[in-house]
Amino acid sequence: MFELIVAGFMFAALIFYAVTGDADYGGGIWDLVATGPRADAQRSTIERAIGPIWEADHVWLILIVVILFTGFPPAFAAMMTALNIPFTLMLIGIVLRGSAFIFRKYDVKSEQVKRRWGMLFGAASFFTPFIQGVALGALSTGQIHVVDGHVVSGFFAGWLTPFALSCGVFALALFAFLSATYLTADPSTEPDVQNDFRLRALWSGAALAPIAFVVFITSRQGSPEMHHGLTQWWAPFLVGTTLVFALAALTSLWLRRFALARIAAIAEVTLILGGWSVAQYPKLITPDVTIFNAAAPEITLRLLTYALVAGAIVLFPSLFFLFRVFKGKHS
Amino acid sequence: MGMSLAFHIVFAAVGISLPVLMAISEALYLDTGRPVFLELAKRWSRGAAVLFAVGAVSGTVLSFELGLLWPGFMAKSGAIIGMPFSLEGFAFFTEAIFLGLFLMGWNRLPPLVHWCCGVLVALSGILSGIFVVTANAWMNTPAGFKIVDGKISEIDPIAAMLNPAASHEVVHMTLAAFIATGFAVAAIHAFFLLRDRRNTFHRNALGIALALACTSAPLQMVSGDFSARSVAKLQPAKLAAMEALYQTQTSAPLQLGGIPDDESRTTHYAITIPRGLSLLSTHDANSKVVGLEQFPRNDWPNVRLVHWSFDLMVLAGSVLFVLSIAIGWLVWRHRGVPDNKWILRALVAAGPLGFIAVEAGWAVTELGRQPWIIYGVMRTQEAVTPMSRIAIPFAIFTLIYVFLSVTVVLLLRRQFIQTEAPGSELVTKNV
Repeated sequence: MFELIVAGFMFAALIFYAVTGDADYGGGIWDLVATGPRADAQRSTIERAIGPIWEADHVWLILIVVILFTGFPPAFAAMMTALNIPFTLMLIGIVLRGSAFIFRKYDVKSEQVKRRWGMLFGAASFFTPFIQGVALGALSTGQIHVVDGHVVSGFFAGWLTPFALSCGVFALALFAFLSATYLTADPSTEPDVQNDFRLRALWSGAALAPIAFVVFITSRQGSPEMHHGLTQWWAPFLVGTTLVFALAALTSLWLRRFALARIAAIAEVTLILGGWSVAQYPKLITPDVTIFNAAAPEITLRLLTYALVAGAIVLFPSLFFLFRVFKGKHS
Repeated sequence: MGMSLAFHIVFAAVGISLPVLMAISEALYLDTGRPVFLELAKRWSRGAAVLFAVGAVSGTVLSFELGLLWPGFMAKSGAIIGMPFSLEGFAFFTEAIFLGLFLMGWNRLPPLVHWCCGVLVALSGILSGIFVVTANAWMNTPAGFKIVDGKISEIDPIAAMLNPAASHEVVHMTLAAFIATGFAVAAIHAFFLLRDRRNTFHRNALGIALALACTSAPLQMVSGDFSARSVAKLQPAKLAAMEALYQTQTSAPLQLGGIPDDESRTTHYAITIPRGLSLLSTHDANSKVVGLEQFPRNDWPNVRLVHWSFDLMVLAGSVLFVLSIAIGWLVWRHRGVPDNKWILRALVAAGPLGFIAVEAGWAVTELGRQPWIIYGVMRTQEAVTPMSRIAIPFAIFTLIYVFLSVTVVLLLRRQFIQTEAPGSELVTKNV
């Protein structure tokens, strides 16, 4: 019972990370490809938007990891062994993104130095969500095998498959779209820049459809279980609802109803990750590691649940306060 | 991993203490209304921001690194000791949120609410430090589980968290963070004060930093004594290595320095203080202290490194203690921040000592635990990743941390040193 609760918390943390932390990476992507006469204005909008919140957003990832290694230690050990290389690459991306961002902000104001840090910030923001998508995809390929708690499939299984790589591309597009949508709705965005991001959100949002199709096609070979999951009786409902929200997001962007677009985009991301985890359930690493066979002893899970509930009670009011101060209407 | 932690401990120590300094300074501003304290709080908060950002990144690296490098350790101990890490996650989260509010909220929050955010940053910083140190203490004195036929059973995460070494390690590390950061910050401002004795900015900064450092240093002496006695009881092999004591003996002497020699089981050229060790480790000059000979040879840590690190820590700590007493006396006599040339010079020279003590102390507790990763339960060798070319990931992480450290040092230099301090103009306003 408690393993399901803890897994639920982990899933919730994953969603929160995706819609906050990964969206900040999306900001970095748009920083990298900022073009046109308002490139600098776009960059400073991005910096203002993610500056106060990116560290808090980033902590969701740490939370996912600690829940995973407390609640499902063998799964954590197996993931970190089998996906050692992509996770190490991801960490390098995280380090470079974070330090480049603060460097750009706190370093001397020389334009050239700033540009160089900005470049690194953008490149790392581009790379990190991609590799996260790859790693998440790799977990459902079924190519990572774990016997008696030991990974027997080596260090290259799963994550180099077309399926995993297309998951990476999908993640990239998804968070770019999400971030552009947020930026249209950010209170500090100016009208011209807002329209730039509106167009970017529309383009990247539309690009999601063909990429999603590629993911689906590659899943037939690359992730048979996921493919099976997505062709179950419930799948049309889920895909349908996701599609409705995706279209709602795009329509609201078109009609400049930005606050609405933001809500629809969040719902879209939530449903995509929800669909992934429903198709994946109860496996943490397909096919050998599940929520049940990797669960920590009951007492640990129970205490962890209490800690998570208590933590949530402290966390959510604080987060609400943070976002209200920086993302609410300016008075 | 050792490398990563050695770097992280510095980020963490500064990250814990700078918010304390900044909260104190803002409190003084709210109390007195003098702009110099506001400027100081802002300046320190920028330092805290840089360190927190790097700390967040470095914390992520560490949490993954636990699994990337030590999957064997995590698979076994995650269920037992994951608890403090989860709590730490929340403490860290709170810190991130309120730091964001503090840094960007100067104009958006009422002053008192803003100050409360700063206090929460400081408190959650201290709290997350405590949780992490608890987990480290568990590696020294594992508790909260049983091993029956090689299988772990009867897990009790609460007992694991409240393990016997937790209390002394937590107190010792928190005070160490205050002392090291306090003296390092004091050294920076003392340096500038030497150049411009009338600068109120640096004078007040020095005052606050010294207040934190000099009250913590004497407390650390008490905590050190408590720690030594706990280690004597809980990890006698570590104590024996710290003191380079090979033979079990009553009325054991305290050996300072020297060259421990494992082959002949003696320590050459050490300064010995008769009965000193017995006195320190049990408060009884005639008590028996266990030597390394009681333990199998392959359970010994690296005696030289542990002993030298320990002596270095004690030496650095003692110098700072003496300095604290001297400063306390000067403050009491002159009723003000001491600005005697020699004291300022001494403070500049003593700047790095706190961090030297932190690193040396870290080496003592980590190297002193070897060859175990979980004392008496799991050897370091069993816990490491099965990756064949183990050197590569280790090298990568080391590089990451070197990069992060260079980043921090450069940024802090820019923040504190290369920018003009506003103190000179403030002199006229405030004096």
